[in-house]
Amino acid sequence: MGKRVAMEVSIAIAEAVKLARAEVIAAYPITPQTHIVEHLSELVANGELDAEYVTVESEHSAISCCLGSVATGARTFTSTSSQGLALMHEILFIASALRLPVVMVVANRALSAPISIWNDHSDIMAQRDIGWIQTFAENGQEAVDLVLHAFRVAEDRNVMFPMIVNIDGFTLSHVIEPIVLPDQEDVDAFLPPFRPKYKLDPRKPISIGAVGVPEIYFEAKKAQDEAFKNSRRVILRAWKDFATRFGREYHPVETYRMEDAEVGLLIMGSLAETAMTAVDKMREEGKKVGLIRLRLWRPFPTKEFRKAVSGLPVLAVIDRALTPGASGGPVGTEVRSVLYHCARRPRVVNFVAGLGGRDVTVEDFEEMADRAFFYKKKRPKEAYELIGVRES
Amino acid sequence: MIAELSKFKGFTVKNLPKDEPFAPGHRACQGCGEVLALRLAMKALGRDVIVASATGCMEIISSPFPHTSWRVPWIHIAFENAAAVASGVEAALKVLKRHKRFPKNKRVSVVAMAGDGGTADIGLQALSGALERGHDFLYICLDNEAYMNTGVQRSSATPYGAMTTTSPPGAKSFGQMTWKKNLPAIAVAHNIPYVATASPAFFLDLMNKVKKASLIKGPAYIHIFSPCPTGWGCKGEDSIKLARLAVDTKIFPLYEVIEGKYYITRKVVRPKPVEEYLKLQRRFRHLTPEHIEEIQRRVDAEYEKLLKLAEL
Repeated sequence: MGKRVAMEVSIAIAEAVKLARAEVIAAYPITPQTHIVEHLSELVANGELDAEYVTVESEHSAISCCLGSVATGARTFTSTSSQGLALMHEILFIASALRLPVVMVVANRALSAPISIWNDHSDIMAQRDIGWIQTFAENGQEAVDLVLHAFRVAEDRNVMFPMIVNIDGFTLSHVIEPIVLPDQEDVDAFLPPFRPKYKLDPRKPISIGAVGVPEIYFEAKKAQDEAFKNSRRVILRAWKDFATRFGREYHPVETYRMEDAEVGLLIMGSLAETAMTAVDKMREEGKKVGLIRLRLWRPFPTKEFRKAVSGLPVLAVIDRALTPGASGGPVGTEVRSVLYHCARRPRVVNFVAGLGGRDVTVEDFEEMADRAFFYKKKRPKEAYELIGVRES
Repeated sequence: MIAELSKFKGFTVKNLPKDEPFAPGHRACQGCGEVLALRLAMKALGRDVIVASATGCMEIISSPFPHTSWRVPWIHIAFENAAAVASGVEAALKVLKRHKRFPKNKRVSVVAMAGDGGTADIGLQALSGALERGHDFLYICLDNEAYMNTGVQRSSATPYGAMTTTSPPGAKSFGQMTWKKNLPAIAVAHNIPYVATASPAFFLDLMNKVKKASLIKGPAYIHIFSPCPTGWGCKGEDSIKLARLAVDTKIFPLYEVIEGKYYITRKVVRPKPVEEYLKLQRRFRHLTPEHIEEIQRRVDAEYEKLLKLAEL
């Protein structure tokens, strides 16, 4: 049942891609994704992974190359960060609309300018509408497990959508953690070979990427939207099967000490671990604080999320990205919208924290919880508040 | 000589394939020289191919859902990335063959194609990357010398003096004020095994070059001159005539570069004046005799350079 070893998370992700038997990898190096693709290059160079590693000249070509490869029927992986993801933007929509199930790990990093190699979620939050299934890992083990899960879900014939696993740059990608790498035969049993129904093959020619005239474009998008929403069944089933085989459970929304909570902190990614420490501390002080983590971001787990916050007085949504001039951070606006039709809904307070590698400490979480308690009785004046930023 | 070509006999009028991998019924304009070049190229390639097209005229006219002209597997992703998409197709075929998921001995030609905009401008980086990486694929540039699909805007492959909607002649302009980018030379600079130019007016030459390029292992690049009556302001029935005149005036010489060595495949012994070619097209109508002289001088000089390269 796998061996527990101390390993850098990026290396573990590359090992997971190897366990998944990826056949084509096309990637362009960008900090902090580099260790993932460097290790994959090494695995291919050593013959430990029998794959084609295409050393493309840009992220735009990386994702384009991936689409060519997956359309030909090969299991395909890529990884990027920040500017690289932004450069892919145009092609990401095409990947999902053409139902080409590439798996990508994004080592989340701030967007320029000012140029910053450090962590936040502004890269991925600019990609909310691309139609990719998106999950967020909280630690190294989750990253490994979610990569295996991603291949299984993306390539399922009832899904056929590309998938992103988000890991926080540096705070997750570059740390060494104890991680269980599953055994190859167990992964093989969980993850069958990629057998797409339609692919580029001269023995059975098809055309991919036709022109959508006004008579058909809308229907094509409707079909895509319906299929995307339906993917949640497969996402859940794959997690259930994963739990049976590997003993680790995953859910779209996870809660921590939310029973009787008066303030719930909502966060995505690796900061949840710091948030848990803060919750424990505040609970000891008698403050009724809990934590909600969104593991699945797209398709948004509306049902599970509403259940997680039912009866909660105040929800503090912590965004790791700023959307200038908007009515909140990306997660904040999403969550408010999801709750709008609920008769009994928590007051939603939105914080933006940890931009461009700014630490978010236990004390910061305490401050946010305290403010949320204050807003239990008083409506906040601003759509969102910045935490951990200097006044001048 | 390249080993893969040792058994290559070549097409003649007697052994032309009857099969048309690119089907009629598409939406190209009357007299389109580009779609003719495409049809000839596909005829030469046969059915064991996978084509990655860039956005552009040939993509638009061939694939209005639910119709398709492609009797071979075909994929279109975007404008600037045909070479990158083809890289992925080629990489996938290689690994699938190793993993016994595709017949090992089945030779499939991977072909990327784009217009001059998708090649010389927005797609140049992806093309350069794919050529440099040495993928076993053929890249075909169908050059109609402007962004025709969007309504005749200039590209870096638009010839000097030509009128387009973004290089209009006026009080301070005589049309395109730059000289055509030499794409075959850029391809040659990547030290790839095969580069050629072709014209639909010389259809056997075109088909043979395409076939050779597809047989050679490694990257190959073919630049095909593609008259566009709509964009050039010429008669539809003059398409082939112009394709021929471009060669006979030395404006678009036909040659091959095999492993770095230049071979002129159609020597122009008695060249016609460039004016004969220019005067049939509305895009050059505003040019003065001085402009035409300037073009003639440049064309002569470029041809001399090419002859010198072929002598090396």
